[in-house]
Amino acid sequence: MDILPILSTLRRHKLTAGLLVMQIALTCAIVCNAVFLIGQRLQRMDLPSGVAEHELLQIQVADVVKSGNPYARVQEDLALLRQVPGVQSVAFSNQVPFGGSSSNGNVLLDPNQPQRTLNATTYFGQNLVPTMGVQMVAGRDLQDDDFVDVDTALKGLKTGDTKSLPHVTLITRDMAERLWPGQNPLGRLIYLTPTVGLRVVGVMASLVRPNAYDANTAQYTMVIPLRMGADRGMSYVIRARPQDRASVLAAALAALRKADPQRIVTTQRSFDEVRRHFFRDDRAMAGILVGVIAALLVVTALGIVGLASFWVAQRRRTIGVRRALGATRSDVLHYFQTENFLLATIGIGLGMVLAYGINLFLMQHYELPRLPAIYFPVGAVALWLIGQVAVLGPALRAAAVPPVVATRAG
Amino acid sequence: MLVYYLDLAVRSLKRNRVLTMLMVLALALGIGASITTLTVLRLLSGDPLPQKSARLFYPQLDPSPKNSAIDSNGRLPRTMGYVDAMNLLHAHRATRQAVMALTQAKIMPPQAHAHPFFSDGVMTTADFFAMFDAGFQYGSGWSATDDEGGAQVVVIASFLNDKLFDGADSVGRMVRLNDHDFRVVGVLKPWAPQPRFYTLGLGGDHYGDGDAVFLPLKAARALKMGPQDTECYQAVDDFTHLESAPCEWLGLWVELDDSSAVAGYRRFLDGYVKEQVALGRFQRTDSSLLDLMGWLRDQHVVPDDVRLQVYLAFGFLLICVVNTVGLLLAKCLRRSQEIGVRRALGATRREIFVQFMVEASIIGLAGGVLGLALAELGLFGIRHQPAQYAHLAHLDPAMFAFTFVVALVASLIAGLLPAWRACLLAPAPQLKAM
Repeated sequence: MDILPILSTLRRHKLTAGLLVMQIALTCAIVCNAVFLIGQRLQRMDLPSGVAEHELLQIQVADVVKSGNPYARVQEDLALLRQVPGVQSVAFSNQVPFGGSSSNGNVLLDPNQPQRTLNATTYFGQNLVPTMGVQMVAGRDLQDDDFVDVDTALKGLKTGDTKSLPHVTLITRDMAERLWPGQNPLGRLIYLTPTVGLRVVGVMASLVRPNAYDANTAQYTMVIPLRMGADRGMSYVIRARPQDRASVLAAALAALRKADPQRIVTTQRSFDEVRRHFFRDDRAMAGILVGVIAALLVVTALGIVGLASFWVAQRRRTIGVRRALGATRSDVLHYFQTENFLLATIGIGLGMVLAYGINLFLMQHYELPRLPAIYFPVGAVALWLIGQVAVLGPALRAAAVPPVVATRAG
Repeated sequence: MLVYYLDLAVRSLKRNRVLTMLMVLALALGIGASITTLTVLRLLSGDPLPQKSARLFYPQLDPSPKNSAIDSNGRLPRTMGYVDAMNLLHAHRATRQAVMALTQAKIMPPQAHAHPFFSDGVMTTADFFAMFDAGFQYGSGWSATDDEGGAQVVVIASFLNDKLFDGADSVGRMVRLNDHDFRVVGVLKPWAPQPRFYTLGLGGDHYGDGDAVFLPLKAARALKMGPQDTECYQAVDDFTHLESAPCEWLGLWVELDDSSAVAGYRRFLDGYVKEQVALGRFQRTDSSLLDLMGWLRDQHVVPDDVRLQVYLAFGFLLICVVNTVGLLLAKCLRRSQEIGVRRALGATRREIFVQFMVEASIIGLAGGVLGLALAELGLFGIRHQPAQYAHLAHLDPAMFAFTFVVALVASLIAGLLPAWRACLLAPAPQLKAM
């Protein structure tokens, strides 16, 4: 197909062609950035938790009447929950992955350093690793004789009696790699305060923070051998087969209520719900972006249909003359398709520059990374396709113009 | 004359129904999206107390030692420790002042067989209600003497009064809070400023229904009711005696009537910090006194996503306008002969220009009406989103009017170029071609 005659025609319709190019450019720029934003959100929503999410349940209760011995209360509850049919394992934890509210500590490598090395979240509770299905990659899990009651530990912290403090910890592979790159973390010491030193006895493959708002620090996690008493804010974590979860949850709640009808269940949900709740804003934003992209492409396509139709109507006589001079139907069809392809290409070229500009603006104001080059062809292909689909109708109508039109006036 | 243009415009629009519908629809989509996102942005960045916000200020200071392990990125802590908050409160250097922290209160309804439930509560001091223009339906707030004496009194929100006492005047009755009886001294009128500016930094939601109970700080703390959020700048082993711990958990608000009072308070705050440094309690001399709107900006209360959505919607509107310009222009070029005839019959360029602009504005108004419907639909969608502010998303009269302004401006901009081209057309060649 010879593009020179098309270019000379377009030169006579600078304004209309320019508007079409501008529309395609703007659409391309916005689509590129919107697709990129969707990708970012989806990537965030895919953040691994390191636990067996489809097999876990979370229950939080608040006691109306404070129990005399909150530690015994937890043991009673755990024993009750273990009896519930379908329960495979139970743990009592101060926090859960993606749960939002979290306990965090500053980690020091040297007790005398003024600034922290990093901030890590701290999980407390017995039986956490097997119940949540956390994978150990080195060392051992925490053992019963590692554990210390929270109140004993706090008292020890006050009196300076380091014997009553916990002495060991588990950390994640990511955290180990950040603290001691390329070295064996087992047996090394970290400090939460200048007097609290913990020896690393095990390395977990992954265990995400409850407050995983930043993907870079999402895996800075420790499990510390502290036993807690019953308190609201703490969670019973139950493991069961995925298909049993609904019935296990109902039976577990019934068992807890039977033990103390006065207590209030403040949270009861599966871990799928925990994740869904944590990422709800991201999902909503991704949905809105998909909607905007769809609407944009439809509007642009309709605009192309409208302009092309007018163009065809305006050039009926010229088309007739060309047909009379020997152009075939497919020549006319290809003419309009090529014309649209050319306009789309110019628009896409401009759109790429614009997309880059918008990305620069967003990078400055919204902590977004640079738009990867892979997103440019996505926008280009989308607009080429939309353009060709939109122009097909008008182009077919143009091809149907009979040569006899050339002989008529007007 | 305008009636004649309207008639001409309607005829012309009717001649190309599909095209007209296309232009209206595109414009409506752009307007609908823009108005929806703008409504949400306005809701989120709105002034929670328009009549008062310029007179409310939030003092901040920094008691943490210079070598603290906490890295604050050079920002002042969002809350204050008990000692400093009380020192500033008791100095009475502002017209009104109140300290506050959020808590969770367990409420036992008086009805038999009713289950207890948890509600949001504020632990605060006497000036809270007058300072924040929280009006009373029944009774009143408590006094500074109640604050000092740790009186077990409570002010409840109207929605809690409806729930516990069926909306009756409950002043003097008892409410069971955390297993203790508190005497109701006041019932608020519905009061829920959006955003909930006084909870920023205290660990609460930024938007929503508001708090259910308001308790004197000292009385609540005597029952070990804990604050929602605590930041400690040194290792702490005892969280029950927060009053003496190196922890920040209280917000202080002050009311200052004019700029000289503000300047005076700034000097006072600066003097206080220097005095604390001299006493050896503080190592840092930074302090700040932001007004309410400044504090909202400082705390980034409007989510970034919402701003992005507004940019996106206006980008969309821009594309829709370009689209309409293209279609109107194409239409105008097709009508060259009609324009030629009208010009030959005596119409001036001005008249042709006005005629085309009228046609564009009709499209704009139609786009505005449809856009309004789409915006209502969009806000309906927002209300079903899981955001804290979702249920507040409604179109107010100002936004309603603004929709038509946007629609008209967008369509007039879109009509400008085609109308200009139309009125420049020389009549003779067009007539010859006929």
